[in-house]
Amino acid sequence: MIRALKVVVFLLCLVPLFLLVWGALTVNTGGLGANPVEKITHTTGDWILRFLVLTLCITPLRRLTGWNQAIRFRRMLGLFAFFYACLHFTIYALSIAGLNFAEIGNDIAMRPYVTVGFTGFVLMIPLAVTSTKKWIGRLGGRRWQMLHRLIYVSAIAGVLHYLWLVKADIRFPVRYGIVVGLLLLFRVWTALRSRQAVTQVSGG
Amino acid sequence: MLIKRATDIPSSEITSEYAYRNRRQFLKAAGATLGAAGLGSILPASAYASSKYDTDEMQTPLEHVSSYNNYYEFGTGKDEPVVNAKGFKLRPWTVAVSGMVKKPATYALDDLLKGLTVEDRIYRMRCVERWSMVIPWHGYPMAALLNKLEPLPSAKFVKMQTLYAPDRMLEQRRPILHWPYTEGLRMDEAMNELTFLAVGVYGKEGPAQNGAPLRLITPWKYGFKGVKAIVKIEFTDKMPLSAWNEEAPHEYGFYANVNPNVDHPRWSQANEARLTGGLFDQLRPIKTRMFNGYGAFVERMYAGMDLRANF
Repeated sequence: MIRALKVVVFLLCLVPLFLLVWGALTVNTGGLGANPVEKITHTTGDWILRFLVLTLCITPLRRLTGWNQAIRFRRMLGLFAFFYACLHFTIYALSIAGLNFAEIGNDIAMRPYVTVGFTGFVLMIPLAVTSTKKWIGRLGGRRWQMLHRLIYVSAIAGVLHYLWLVKADIRFPVRYGIVVGLLLLFRVWTALRSRQAVTQVSGG
Repeated sequence: MLIKRATDIPSSEITSEYAYRNRRQFLKAAGATLGAAGLGSILPASAYASSKYDTDEMQTPLEHVSSYNNYYEFGTGKDEPVVNAKGFKLRPWTVAVSGMVKKPATYALDDLLKGLTVEDRIYRMRCVERWSMVIPWHGYPMAALLNKLEPLPSAKFVKMQTLYAPDRMLEQRRPILHWPYTEGLRMDEAMNELTFLAVGVYGKEGPAQNGAPLRLITPWKYGFKGVKAIVKIEFTDKMPLSAWNEEAPHEYGFYANVNPNVDHPRWSQANEARLTGGLFDQLRPIKTRMFNGYGAFVERMYAGMDLRANF
């Protein structure tokens, strides 16, 4: 059952990519609008944030509904966030920076929205690499979990990247910010509660 | 009942957009062929000599020019104005001319433009966001209008404003920018031969999302200088506070001259993506030129000025 559902979710996660490829193939008939590169950059950027949010939703979903099977989708969602981040970075490096590595380096060093976006992306690399069962064993559950909390930094970095990029209308980055904020607050809240429970137990 | 009727113009007489976009190349080629045959003189010069202001670079298709617009009054997404400006009425339209000018009055737009000769100008347009288009504008040189209105010698600047009508321009209900959108030029900039008041694109008036019925075009400046749907023209001795300058003074200056050497605080202005309709053209960005390549017409106006300080 979960297996079949995973196949369905996997295919759904590929729909944004499929639509972009379709758009690129029909670009001469206006498939991606007037500015295809911008369209691809913005679309992949949006999906990185969406997949990060979805990944961060898994734990609250389990806690609130008790549906523990949700954990079986987390790795896939996280890897899709990384996958779209790779596309996002590649199209930026190819087009906006013209594959000029000096320019890319300069952007990363000098432009806060690039610095923060690139940081968020780089921090996802160790998470993608260590996303296998083998690596959980190698690192040990506790250390693995600590490492994977880096996704919080990536999510915040992603929102800042978006916020520092827009010219005047900040509605969309702010919406992502609120959602990410709530998901992180949930973690703070559960951490505080469990600490309280521990002190109560040890104090009693 | 639906009554079918033959259109007044046979389809064979309608110039296709493709032919329009490429007519310079065609006429050049024709001219060259005829010239080689010693027959060049039979073609009237004006037919193939493009005006000295025109670029013969690949034009951005009308479909893209009219569906990818920064026009926050009709939405902050660039695909929104084409939808939200649908049904925006271009007439009746009045323009209030005021301040240090001999003929201040509120003019009906058609009266304001009466007596002026309509022209087409194929200009590059460089947006501050690092994309650019090549657009054939349809309209009037601003100098011709100013000569008609006769500004006083005391006037140092001209300030122009967009219509403020939240019932017609939906996004004016939200405080995204300080409405109405305001822009301005120094008088010498306003009188420059390149400065143009467009009523439309591709040889005719409209569409609204491109700023019709009246918008400013200054091709050596970033696109946001091009105030759209103008209803006020005021002559003044004070530098006007332009909309983006007010919104983010450290990012957008009054002059807004295209300058690859002065970065936007958040991004480089060295390159641009030319929007031609193709995907692969964009994969190699082109170098942005000083004054967007119009230095020969405009650089003397800024002689001795620190363009880094006056960005």
